[in-house]
Amino acid sequence: MQSKDGRTLLEVRGLKATVAGVEILKGIDLTVRAGEVHAIMGPNGSGKSTLAKVLAGHPAYAATAGEVLFEGADLFALAPEERARAGLFLGFQYPVEVPGVTNASFLRLAYNTVQAARGKDELDPLEFDDFVREKMNLLDMDVAFLDRSVNEGFSGGEKKRNEVLQMAILEPRVAILDETDSGLDIDALRVVAGGVNKMRDPGRAIVLVTHYQRLLNYIEPDFVHVMAGGRIVRTGDKSLALELESRGYDWLLEGDKAAGKAVAA
Amino acid sequence: MSSTALQNLIEQPYKHGFVTEIEADVAPKGLSEDTIRLISRKKNEPEWLLEFRLKAFRHWLEMTEPAWPNVRYPKIDFQDISYYSAPKPKKKLASMDEVDPELRRTFEKLGVPLHEQKALAGVAVDVIFDSVSVTTTYKKRLAEAGVIFCSISEAVRDHPELVRKYLGTVVPQGDNYYAALNSAVFTDGSFCFIPKGVRCPMELSTYFRINTQESGQFERTLIVAEEGAYVSYLEGCTAPQFDTNQLHAAVVELVALDDAEIKYSTVQNWYAGDKDGKGGIYNFVTKRGLCKGRSSKISWTQVETGSAITWKYPSCVLLGDNSVGEFYSVALTNHHQQADTGTKMIHVGRNTRSRIISKGISAGQSNNSYRGLVKVGPKAAGARNFSQCDSMLIGDACGAHTFPYIQVQNDSAIVEHEATTSKIGEDQLFYFASRGIATEEAVSMIINGFVKEVFTQLPMEFAVEATKLLGLKLEGSVG
Ligand SMILES: Nc1ncnc2c1ncn2[C@@H]1O[C@H](COP(=O)(O)OP(=O)(O)OP(=O)(O)O)[C@@H](O)[C@H]1O
Ligand SMILES: [Mg+2]
Repeated sequence: MQSKDGRTLLEVRGLKATVAGVEILKGIDLTVRAGEVHAIMGPNGSGKSTLAKVLAGHPAYAATAGEVLFEGADLFALAPEERARAGLFLGFQYPVEVPGVTNASFLRLAYNTVQAARGKDELDPLEFDDFVREKMNLLDMDVAFLDRSVNEGFSGGEKKRNEVLQMAILEPRVAILDETDSGLDIDALRVVAGGVNKMRDPGRAIVLVTHYQRLLNYIEPDFVHVMAGGRIVRTGDKSLALELESRGYDWLLEGDKAAGKAVAA
Repeated sequence: MSSTALQNLIEQPYKHGFVTEIEADVAPKGLSEDTIRLISRKKNEPEWLLEFRLKAFRHWLEMTEPAWPNVRYPKIDFQDISYYSAPKPKKKLASMDEVDPELRRTFEKLGVPLHEQKALAGVAVDVIFDSVSVTTTYKKRLAEAGVIFCSISEAVRDHPELVRKYLGTVVPQGDNYYAALNSAVFTDGSFCFIPKGVRCPMELSTYFRINTQESGQFERTLIVAEEGAYVSYLEGCTAPQFDTNQLHAAVVELVALDDAEIKYSTVQNWYAGDKDGKGGIYNFVTKRGLCKGRSSKISWTQVETGSAITWKYPSCVLLGDNSVGEFYSVALTNHHQQADTGTKMIHVGRNTRSRIISKGISAGQSNNSYRGLVKVGPKAAGARNFSQCDSMLIGDACGAHTFPYIQVQNDSAIVEHEATTSKIGEDQLFYFASRGIATEEAVSMIINGFVKEVFTQLPMEFAVEATKLLGLKLEGSVG
């Protein structure tokens, strides 16, 4: 395990959130410290992506209770783009296609915007080209993807690689990767996991949303959380993932119902 | 980045809305044969031109306003318009320094490239201020190349045989309602003649501007490229802000002889009315190019961002064998703007080719229609057309429509039409935001990507201007 400076980067307390008037998150507590890797697992529809999007500030989701501190400050006081500039990164489960905008120009604008916000130097197109090629190399990505429109016509796995590329470029403090492993072939999984591991840093935290324990063989988590029905119903270490692999979720869901009653009472 | 933020973003105030206070010589309102005689007399015109006007007027009296465009507006009272407005010049102007300072400030606000540096960049500018051409720069250098570039009034005076030979040959007096009106009352415009074998040594540029509140603007532009000649021409337009609507009914005629090429680019930013749809220009324009000679080529590139209502179909008549017609268009509508625009490609000669790339962007409550006709005549063996019409919607309250008309009378012709509609959605904007990119920049990046294919057709510096203009049009008060 890596050394950690142990600072709390993300502190979620009693977070509830709705979408289209329906409450999806029903009270989430989560503390993420620098240097840690957290895995969030849980059945389909349990609210994992919702949590990720609420944190990143998707306008369709409304936080209705609780609070979130990002490096000690109120996260919800920041607009979505300000959260990104402050160092919060979301790798999308379903990356969005942007026809007509080249990946190269998109990546460069994102990079320069974030650099400027950090008071660091921006790169001109030529300098950026060198910089991005090196990052793509690490992810075994063909540079031809630079000239294509953002995610347009990318295969499922290619889109996920492009998400990890963006994380590598933006160097966030907290990276939430929503099912970045889904859709990757076996070799790609190894390469992408390698890329994520290279991003591990004492000052950075990574939150992996995943359905597969396989990913956690490559990227070893410090904590594994299980979400069900809009709550974190169990937190453990990496052995919890193994247990889920063999036992499924049912045994935890029973507990969830009980917990639900307890909270309601 | 809520939908209100998106709304704010697309509500950008018009930056050219000011009135220049110079004394103007304005004809009384109303339209009759007397008005036409007055215009013709004021301009010391030859008899044949007066006849041309009167013939057009008689046509017009028998015509009715077209009702087929997909636009709505109250009936225009043609008797409530003044058909002649000229700034009163104190004396003949020899150089820019003598131009009315008020007028120069206007040009400065508009960013008209009249300055020395700009001129050094190779732009010759013929400025139309209301109806009279005020100044023409770089006429001399053009004259050395044998190029004639002047106001159409000057052309009538100095090159009557040329004007008479070509005027009305592409857009006849009775062509359509607004063209007939223009033919009757046009007061000025540009004339450009590139003789045989000459490549025009610079981009030619004209700025049009409607200034007097009650005056209609009826320019007439005529461009002739003789055998093997080449010219690239740019027209830019702005108008000040008034609550009333103003009419702009121009006619542009292009003639290309054997192996000649004319590139005609327009950046139109007439006042579009306010965000509630009050005021703004009615832009009813007839633009047509005649590829008269074999292997001639005419390209229209237009960036339409203004006007309350736009009704405009720059067209090509491909008469010469192997001639080529192109139409590249970006039409942006916002608030209550309405645009019904597109092109007509009329294939007459053999192996004629045409290409249509149309990009419509609708925001606010605006309506944006593409209307295009591809017609292949019986003798146009081997004719080919490719059309691509893409629409982009910003928000939920706007509309995009595509009306392609295809008429083919020759079996060997190949006509292809493709169309797409896309939308800048919340998820796209969120994706950008999650990478640190704010809504405004995201929209501008998506739009720039959308229009790229058309903008690459514009001369470099105008592409830069047009990019800025689109940015302005869509930029707003997003914090
Ligand atoms: N816009 C919406 N309107 C209504 N319900 C929604 C909306 N968005 C999400 N939901 C619901 O919220 C619940 C949680 O969805 P979410 O995407 O967070 O699940 P998830 O845990 O990420 O699932 P998966 O593992 O399948 O990715 C689901 O039941 C989903 O249908
Ligand atoms: Mg999900």
